[in-house]
Amino acid sequence: MPHINAGKTKPEYDVIVVGSGAAGGQTAYTLAMEGVKVLMLEAGRDYDPVTETPMFNTNEQAPLRGAGTPEKPYGFYDATIGGGWQVPGEPYTQGQNRPEDRFLWYRARMLGGRTNHWGRISLRNGPYDFKPYSRDGMGFDWPLDYEDVEPYYDKVEALIGVFGSIEGLENTPDSLNGTLMPPPKARAAELFALKHAKKLGIPFIPIHRAVMTERLNSKKIPKWLHPTNPKAQATLAQEMDQRLACFWATPCGRGCSIKANYQSTTVHIPPALASGNLDIITNVMARIVETTSSGKATAINFIDKTTGRDYSVKGRVIALAASALESVRIMMNSQSFHHPDGIANSTGLLGKYIMDTTGARVNGQIPTLENLPPHNEDGAGGGHIYSPWWLYKEQLAGKLDFPRGYHIETGGTRKMPGPTSFEGFEQITGGAYGKKLKEEARRYYGSFVSYSGRGEMIPNEDCYATIDPKVKDKWGIPVLKFHWKWNDAEIRQAAHMHKTFAEIIIEQGGKVLSEVDPTGKEAIFRPGEIIHEIGGAIMGEDRNSSVTNQFMQTWDVPNLFLTDGASFPSNADKNPTLSIMAIAWRSCDYMMEEMKKGSI
Amino acid sequence: MSEKFEYKRMDRRSAINWMFAATATVHFLNSKALGLGFNWEDVNKGYGPDPNLMTPEVPWERIMTPKQLRTTAKLADITLPRTSVESPSATEVGVPDFFDEWISAPYHAHQEDYKVITEGLAWIDEESQRRFGKDFHELEEADYTTICNDIAYLPDALPEFEEGAKFFSKFRSLTMGGYYSTNVGTKDIGYVGNAALLTFGGPPREVLKRLGIDKAPW
Repeated sequence: MPHINAGKTKPEYDVIVVGSGAAGGQTAYTLAMEGVKVLMLEAGRDYDPVTETPMFNTNEQAPLRGAGTPEKPYGFYDATIGGGWQVPGEPYTQGQNRPEDRFLWYRARMLGGRTNHWGRISLRNGPYDFKPYSRDGMGFDWPLDYEDVEPYYDKVEALIGVFGSIEGLENTPDSLNGTLMPPPKARAAELFALKHAKKLGIPFIPIHRAVMTERLNSKKIPKWLHPTNPKAQATLAQEMDQRLACFWATPCGRGCSIKANYQSTTVHIPPALASGNLDIITNVMARIVETTSSGKATAINFIDKTTGRDYSVKGRVIALAASALESVRIMMNSQSFHHPDGIANSTGLLGKYIMDTTGARVNGQIPTLENLPPHNEDGAGGGHIYSPWWLYKEQLAGKLDFPRGYHIETGGTRKMPGPTSFEGFEQITGGAYGKKLKEEARRYYGSFVSYSGRGEMIPNEDCYATIDPKVKDKWGIPVLKFHWKWNDAEIRQAAHMHKTFAEIIIEQGGKVLSEVDPTGKEAIFRPGEIIHEIGGAIMGEDRNSSVTNQFMQTWDVPNLFLTDGASFPSNADKNPTLSIMAIAWRSCDYMMEEMKKGSI
Repeated sequence: MSEKFEYKRMDRRSAINWMFAATATVHFLNSKALGLGFNWEDVNKGYGPDPNLMTPEVPWERIMTPKQLRTTAKLADITLPRTSVESPSATEVGVPDFFDEWISAPYHAHQEDYKVITEGLAWIDEESQRRFGKDFHELEEADYTTICNDIAYLPDALPEFEEGAKFFSKFRSLTMGGYYSTNVGTKDIGYVGNAALLTFGGPPREVLKRLGIDKAPW
């Protein structure tokens, strides 16, 4: 059972999954491998990383030498299809005019969604991250603990392949011994930063990224993941053998034709398809969840983007995994007698508490890194080191003026130059040109660094989405309108990032090239810009104060699940993708138990 | 749907958009790439949101005039002259054509560059005529150097050369971008990579020594 056309669906499926990225991929995988009949709907086109990834193509071969444009914001070779910040014909609107409050929504329209291009940073939430309210009285606790999710982090990491190290740091959980792959060696700029940041008490360690630094053990892992299911073991083992280890070249953002990194299209979807239990329809836009006269979810109504025709497909369970905000949009648009304000919205909480990660960056130049002998620093694509948040104790003791932490990612390697690499270069060289400029280019190449913070925001009443009463997309589906306000908690954190990153640069004897902003107001990135948007249908202990339970099952409609980040009630500084997969897997295990019991 | 965003604030934050410094994990995000302040109507000749990445094509026409290209070639080779067989001049690796592709592109940021570059090219010819009675491309080193020095660096430029200095700043960054993004330029600047390896060994011993590091921590 493969990719099918919109009109060729079975009369009914066990589960219909909307979306094919980290959440949709994991949901389809977990269910299909265990024999559940699944239909996956994807709004974008079919996409094959094996044949479509421009692995070794150079900037010289690309339009504008690969520069980012509004149609390919992360550069020509970036895997994203659909336009990213602005998808043609699919607008979103803003509830306010202040430019800094305008929410940026990054979307892909392709099988596998944003997993094809993402940074592959795979960090676990720690014990504190599930109980933030208990710790500092702000935001919401999760109705589950780290211990509930830990086995699923173990499983996801074993399935997708993650490199990293075991460090034993506070609220920075270690992985299951033996499942992490060896971390790649740190590069020159990374080693130098690590050495000097230590003096500031900042602990740079190997980052965790979903890139295979060695082959997956296809004999051991499938048996461990699917202990009672020989068919799933065989299917997974076969697909795992298709994946090769990283050969230390070409940026991960292009995707990976040798399947060395995680993307849903190379890791989740192939075994799920091979199980024979998954149908996929691409190029269809889910419009609403249809309900019975008693308010139970019964089908998904979608539009075939190719023909413009409307279809409904029945499912015993509906799992929305369209990305947090797209799932919220579908729910808000699913209005009926029983659900006048959108499906599963009896609390009126739908659309509330949307979150992104805070971001700020400082650039610098390090004289010690000038004129280094040329050497290969491609490595595993992204950064090889990061610093987890290191001031938990100071924060708890009230010594900082912001409540939540951030981690530090580093930039600065001898990457392949691009057409915009030299903007502002004359500020370093005092306006050199001619032979001297060539010498300066060689001298300074590889000596520029950056430090970026990725921090936790507190969910607040001013960050929410509604349906715009006037604007529809090109298929006539009402669009989302965003409302946003950063609070002092986030702005002060961004100020701390700037101050800290400048110190890291100065400690290395370097020059700070960015304007350091002591207020944080200029430092903080735009809402949505980090592309870690979650929330909008938060989970909780009881049905009066949340949209779903801890299994991402909506309180109002027991056969409607949200297996993406929509139900996350907090957004730890840890990049959310790994948590989305782990918690989706847990949700699916519960869903299958409930289906067996006959309660849904 | 078009949205006109104000993006000055972001430009200031990233006063130096140095690609090698951008955090690799989020690739390189600058205000131009964000697509702020453009209309989809303006980009109907762009390559679209789903171009063929394997055999790329540039769908827009190049619009620079022969005179503009001649002046570009001259100034590009002054900016990055031939210094050895391995390090050819800007025109030898096709930088003028890169300019033509770049400023002819239908995207908003490129249209802004079009204005800066074409106005600057016209200005430098006028300035050349005013000083020497010739177009810029006809000047000898002693003469063009006087003009280039006057516009080499904005903070040092006299008020009457500020516009010229802004132009040269943009021109230089595009010349360098066009030069060092070729396979020849990439090698010239010292980039080593884009080749499959069995292992990734980290920096060689000589580099570690320069950094004052005896042994990498892992």
